[in-house]
Amino acid sequence: MKTEILKIAAAHLKPFLLILSLVVLYRGHNEPGGGFIAGLLAGMAYVIYAGAFGVGKAKQLRLVKPMFFMGLGIGIALFSGMIGLMNGADSIFTGIWTTLTLGGFSLKLGTPLLFDLGVYLTVAGMLVKVIFTVMEEDV
Amino acid sequence: MLFLPILIPLISIVLLIAFRSRLKYQQGLSIVSVIAQLFAAVAILLRLSGNGHLVAQAGGWPAPFGITFVADYTSVILLLAVSLVAIGSVIYSIGFVDFDRQKNGLFLLYQGLLAGVNGALLTGDIFNLYVWFEVMVISSFVLITLGSEKLQLRASVKYLVMNLIGSMLFVAAIGLLYSQLGTLNMADIANKMRLQPVPPLVNSAIMLFFIAFGIKAAVFPFFFWLPASYPTPPIAITAFFGATLTKVGVYVMLRFYSLFAQLDVTFWQPVIFTVAALTMIFGVLMAASSYDIRKILSFHIVSQIGYILMGIGLFSVVGLAGAILFIVHNMFSKTATFMAGGLMYLYKGSYDLKKLGWIYKTKPLLAFLFLIPALSLAGIPPTPGFFGKFLLLYAGFDGAHWTITIVALIVSILTLFSMVKIWNEAMWKPEKNSVGLVVKKVKPAAWTGTIIVVTLTLLLGLTIGYTYDYFAEAARQLLDPSLYIKAVLPEQP
Repeated sequence: MKTEILKIAAAHLKPFLLILSLVVLYRGHNEPGGGFIAGLLAGMAYVIYAGAFGVGKAKQLRLVKPMFFMGLGIGIALFSGMIGLMNGADSIFTGIWTTLTLGGFSLKLGTPLLFDLGVYLTVAGMLVKVIFTVMEEDV
Repeated sequence: MLFLPILIPLISIVLLIAFRSRLKYQQGLSIVSVIAQLFAAVAILLRLSGNGHLVAQAGGWPAPFGITFVADYTSVILLLAVSLVAIGSVIYSIGFVDFDRQKNGLFLLYQGLLAGVNGALLTGDIFNLYVWFEVMVISSFVLITLGSEKLQLRASVKYLVMNLIGSMLFVAAIGLLYSQLGTLNMADIANKMRLQPVPPLVNSAIMLFFIAFGIKAAVFPFFFWLPASYPTPPIAITAFFGATLTKVGVYVMLRFYSLFAQLDVTFWQPVIFTVAALTMIFGVLMAASSYDIRKILSFHIVSQIGYILMGIGLFSVVGLAGAILFIVHNMFSKTATFMAGGLMYLYKGSYDLKKLGWIYKTKPLLAFLFLIPALSLAGIPPTPGFFGKFLLLYAGFDGAHWTITIVALIVSILTLFSMVKIWNEAMWKPEKNSVGLVVKKVKPAAWTGTIIVVTLTLLLGLTIGYTYDYFAEAARQLLDPSLYIKAVLPEQP
């Protein structure tokens, strides 16, 4: 089913959902949210796009490289576990936190956030891979 | 240190994704990865000092709060065995599995499965254990469906449904346990159960755990998914499953019996013995009535799980040492018989015993490679199967558990019968009653993998004089869980 309304909505929703997913990712450490949910949101941005324009067209988008992002995500998550070790902690996945101040904003950054970023990329990649494969079967 | 067996497969997954278009690199990387896991397991074994436990806290959070990882002799022995079998399996798969499946992520899924297995062997936290089980279920589910043949898909549904039911019961039990004791750290739970009267719902939780792991380990009456799903994927994958999935299920039973169920022996011992006896009998009878090599061997997996359960129920040093030896022996022997069966398939183009034949004449080495693990499964010296059975029967007679011990003896004869059946039909039956050699040449990797695992089987039997000390030490640790509790929670009374 391809309607103009859905096409316009999907094209506008995609950047919006991606930004929203990043917000959800960031607030996830202390509030509802986190890498998994944010990853689903990011993946949904592309699934809706594929629903409106077809999988073929969605696959040509620059960021649609699911396997790459899954690998990168697992890599980042593992790397976040190592950072603590490099800074002299006893065990892997020891949290290290810093605060980044940019003008008036201060961002609290740490390895748990990095880990969440890894989860985010893996989940988004996985969702896009699975849904696109199933959608292709339909045609 | 303790995290290496989990990190190595995960790092390999990242690298395998990076090299997903280059099959040669993937094969090389997989072999390097499993060898690295072997070294990691050896390193952990060498570090087991003091009272023989190695403990690490993920994230540096102290024991009852963070996720604890614990290695004792039992888990390290199994870690070693898994990595050894994995080396053989990966090499065998390179030679056996078709290129399409290899390109579509076979090696990636092997590493995923290994990450799950190693994690489940090392973790000291029940919820973390659940996560590792899910990692295993997902990897193995995709491995069963890989290639999407009709039979595979049909089998995969049975596999997935049964395993999801198992997981559901597992989570339900976790919730129940947490509501009663407020902790999920295995040592902490065991400690609390020893310090205060056990709330009745905790017993329900432990029963649910028993059923959940019973499904994963394929014991009576929950084993039907195994013979329905194992024979469908390429036999290289089945061989690897036989060494990992059910064995981890039964390992967890061993661990839980030692930590929790031991407190209520009068209830649990008859339950375990009944389930063990029925598992043995049903597995071996189904095997005796099958004519497909993969089916026979799959039913034998079930039957052999019964022996391990029997060792758990006996719960003496000799009995537990026998059970652990039996797990390792099964990993080696079962995988080796599957691999030899796969080689017969490559040469003859069939798994059906009625079509096979004359292999002893045409491929004597293959007949020999099948003979050793088959004798081991039947329990003929000097194979590890004999020593495993000997220990179990010795412990059974020693503890005056007559019924289960006599059942074990009878099942042993029936096992020998079905091994002899395969031997007669596949090896000795004259050419005119069977198909000829379909293929003249088989890739050397398939032979190498089989030879590696058969050698492991033989070595385990021949070196039992040296290795028995380790098995006995592992059994002693399981008998006295206060050591485990003390290692994880040093400050507790």
